[in-house]
Amino acid sequence: MSNPLHIVVCAGIVPDPLQTLEPVSGPHGPGLKNEMVLPAVLDPWAASALYEAAHLAAKHPGSKVWLVALGPKAKLQQVMMTVAQKAGFELVPVDGPIGGFPDAHSTAAVLAETISAIAGLDKTRLLLFGGWESASRGAGITLQLIGEILGITDQFQGVDRIDMRADCSFEVLERVEGGMHQESVCAGLPAVLGWATGTLAEPRNNPQTGMSNMRTILPALQKARPVALSGDSLRYVAVSLPRQQRATRVVKDMSPDEIARELVEWMGAE
Amino acid sequence: MESILVLTHGNEASALTKASLEAVAAGMGLASRLGAPLSIGIVAADGSAAASALASAGARLLAVSGAAFAQPRYATDAAACQALCRAARASIVLAPESARFARVMAGVAHRLGGFIDTHITALGGAEHVEVTRWFYRQRVEAVLSRAARPWFLLLDAGTHAAFAGAPGSAQTEQVAVELPAPHTTVTGLRAPQQGAQTIRPDAGLLFVAGAGWTKKQADGQVHTSEAGQIILEFLRGSGASLGSSKSLVDQGSEGQPVLPFLTHLNQVGQTGATPRHPKGLSTCCHGEEPHVVGWRFIGERRAISLDPNCGWTRGKADVVYVADAFQVMTKVNALLAARKA
Repeated sequence: MSNPLHIVVCAGIVPDPLQTLEPVSGPHGPGLKNEMVLPAVLDPWAASALYEAAHLAAKHPGSKVWLVALGPKAKLQQVMMTVAQKAGFELVPVDGPIGGFPDAHSTAAVLAETISAIAGLDKTRLLLFGGWESASRGAGITLQLIGEILGITDQFQGVDRIDMRADCSFEVLERVEGGMHQESVCAGLPAVLGWATGTLAEPRNNPQTGMSNMRTILPALQKARPVALSGDSLRYVAVSLPRQQRATRVVKDMSPDEIARELVEWMGAE
Repeated sequence: MESILVLTHGNEASALTKASLEAVAAGMGLASRLGAPLSIGIVAADGSAAASALASAGARLLAVSGAAFAQPRYATDAAACQALCRAARASIVLAPESARFARVMAGVAHRLGGFIDTHITALGGAEHVEVTRWFYRQRVEAVLSRAARPWFLLLDAGTHAAFAGAPGSAQTEQVAVELPAPHTTVTGLRAPQQGAQTIRPDAGLLFVAGAGWTKKQADGQVHTSEAGQIILEFLRGSGASLGSSKSLVDQGSEGQPVLPFLTHLNQVGQTGATPRHPKGLSTCCHGEEPHVVGWRFIGERRAISLDPNCGWTRGKADVVYVADAFQVMTKVNALLAARKA
């Protein structure tokens, strides 16, 4: 286990899942109403990727984890106050727009450029992590595009587990249809892994880790490179909330026998 | 003028997947509407069975075949799709949003200087092609369009009827692929749980188990083992697919009682799946908006809950039974068993 890994985790920030979302039109296209004041969290699947990265790095002495995040500086700082206590990493922030509506192609180009510019990053030891999809755009293409731009042709999506061997080859489990996992063996690095849920629980907050991280996070945020995302190719025709509202029948006075009969009849030929 | 390519792939037996046949039907409809030529590309170890199934589609058939394409893998599948796209020279490429193609298609689009949009649920537009997809985990719906070509579109499974033309003999153009040196070996498929296949994408009913199954019941005791038996018996008797709320799946890592056959793959909602089934029955679930998200594409919805004021069911479910799910599902299992006997 003497092969150090260089793990780059790409992670966006998204509105807290419990928030009510309302789309609005702005000068730069659609967005969410009061988007900048909605409580935000690290994207859930990207968070899984971060925890898996930290776990993997801890098992390989000398490894390093970078967290590359694109979003408004103020929102990134807010989210990092919590995330920094979960795992050790070096933040590479990019000061850009928030939300799911900017084009993933532009996002990928900016992130690939940012990763290429990370000082000390050895691309022959690179594991590029992220969520297989996000809770905002949910396209599942950004990580793949970054991998292509960086020339990485071993890519895995919907990853739930990785077992790294001493020679840096690894076994990987990817989600496929029907609740199954596809098992593969990759001969070595670099590789792209888009994580699903993984196998690790969310780490408890560790104030010491948080304080250690914040020493580098705050200066990094100060120096975050501002970017504008191009969306020339993409045109939104309409953005709306689903309006479907059902007339719910609440049944309070039926016995379990009667309910069971009605359900079986409803299920029909199932 | 647009030209359409539909990319398809075979399953383990080299037959076209249902999602591929849905993409074919969508492509035929789009080509017909636009008056555009249609090509269909096949990626399979042996494309002959797939080509035969597509004989009546009235499309130019292109195929990439060989042992290297028997199993899904980024390097080989990306090379295959790239070769098919170059051969077809299409301006719009449709493909199913399967695990196999979702893994590679953005990379293929990038290699061809194109753009991609995924999770497409509808193809529309009068003068220009417009597509519908969801954002923020099925909470916001958008219609969008692109001027740039080639434009790759991955279609969500279950959003289009599957092509069902008569099989026949078909002429297929074999496309050569330059493969990179092998670096990844697919070693097989693994079921997450021994003996209990609970996720069935083609099932007519989605059964969702909530955290209430593992909480204290009327007698003040937890009956997790009994809950597991009832649920598994129902799945066996009904053929339903099993979904779960995040809170129930997460209990395992928090040291609380768990249903041993549940994994994160069963999870529906904000950080889980949003499956498509004609009917859905939820039990012992407590409602937050993220949970409703998991039900976005369920047709008829019913729920069993002890809480008559449960917020998520109002306006979201068609029928809510205020009852004890342990009792009701035990009776349902008995009726299903009697019907089978």
